Amino acid sequence: MTKIAANQDFLEFAYQLYHTMQANEINLVYEGVVTQEITRTFTALTEKNMVKNEESNQVQRKVFNVMVECLQNISKHADPMSDDENEERRGIVLVSHGEESYNVITGNVVKKEKREKLEKSLELVNSLDKDGLSALYKQQIKEGKISEKGGAGLGFIDIAKKSGNKIEYQFKELTDDLCFFIIITTISRN
Amino acid sequence: MEIVNIKGTDDTPSVVLDKDGGVFEFSGRSLPEDVQQFYGPILEWIKAYGEAPNGQTDVCFKLEYFNTASSKMILDVLLAFEEINSNAGGVTIKWHYHEDEEDMKEAGEEYEDIVDVPFEYVEY
Repeated sequence: MTKIAANQDFLEFAYQLYHTMQANEINLVYEGVVTQEITRTFTALTEKNMVKNEESNQVQRKVFNVMVECLQNISKHADPMSDDENEERRGIVLVSHGEESYNVITGNVVKKEKREKLEKSLELVNSLDKDGLSALYKQQIKEGKISEKGGAGLGFIDIAKKSGNKIEYQFKELTDDLCFFIIITTISRN
Repeated sequence: MEIVNIKGTDDTPSVVLDKDGGVFEFSGRSLPEDVQQFYGPILEWIKAYGEAPNGQTDVCFKLEYFNTASSKMILDVLLAFEEINSNAGGVTIKWHYHEDEEDMKEAGEEYEDIVDVPFEYVEY
């Protein structure tokens, strides 16, 4: 392909992306390394947008909360595509909002061997109501320890608690050992 | 005792621990990258304070937000004060929450269920 044709394709892609983002009311889309710095920047950006939209304090705090947990999940738990364990943790991040709700969508590579455990904890969290989540949270915070990666094993419980909605998730097969793990959290605006 | 006076940032809370002034306060946001690094020295201080605590210790929490890793460390802070309370008494947790932050009030109530120290709720 000539350089000009390639550029044309890219322009077309950028234009399509713009349309898709507009149509789906996507405020933020990112693919790349997720660090504490990125977490700070994205949450600040989203907060700024919510203030501009005169979103209620409670919704602002919930969206902030869910974003932090989802982003820190990637920066702590994403697996690299290569065998290099020190490779930086990367993933995708999308934040969209419509009339009814905000959606926080994150995705990252995980080893297939982790899939079962993840599914189990997500299914457990999704099976509980508000009081059940609160009980599980209290049990886990008492019994759990801060892991080597710096997590408390409370992320999914907290996401479900704060959002008040079930966590939607999917695993897409990438290779024999790896899959792409996506979670969608919805935060109602009223 | 040495006064702890940590100024808050975007991802770490302000912390004041002042035995002589009778001020024990955590405020702002807590989502540090390494929670143990941040809370470790604070827990050490509280432990040392427990050797000879004041007659009354009002611990003020006025947090806007904390992530789940911090929530575990905040429990450790509360448990350290619980120990002081069971040895010497006089500890009260003053849990502040913004008027439209029901989640922050609930977080306090969850801690109250776990920790054996009197809680007072202050709406602001």
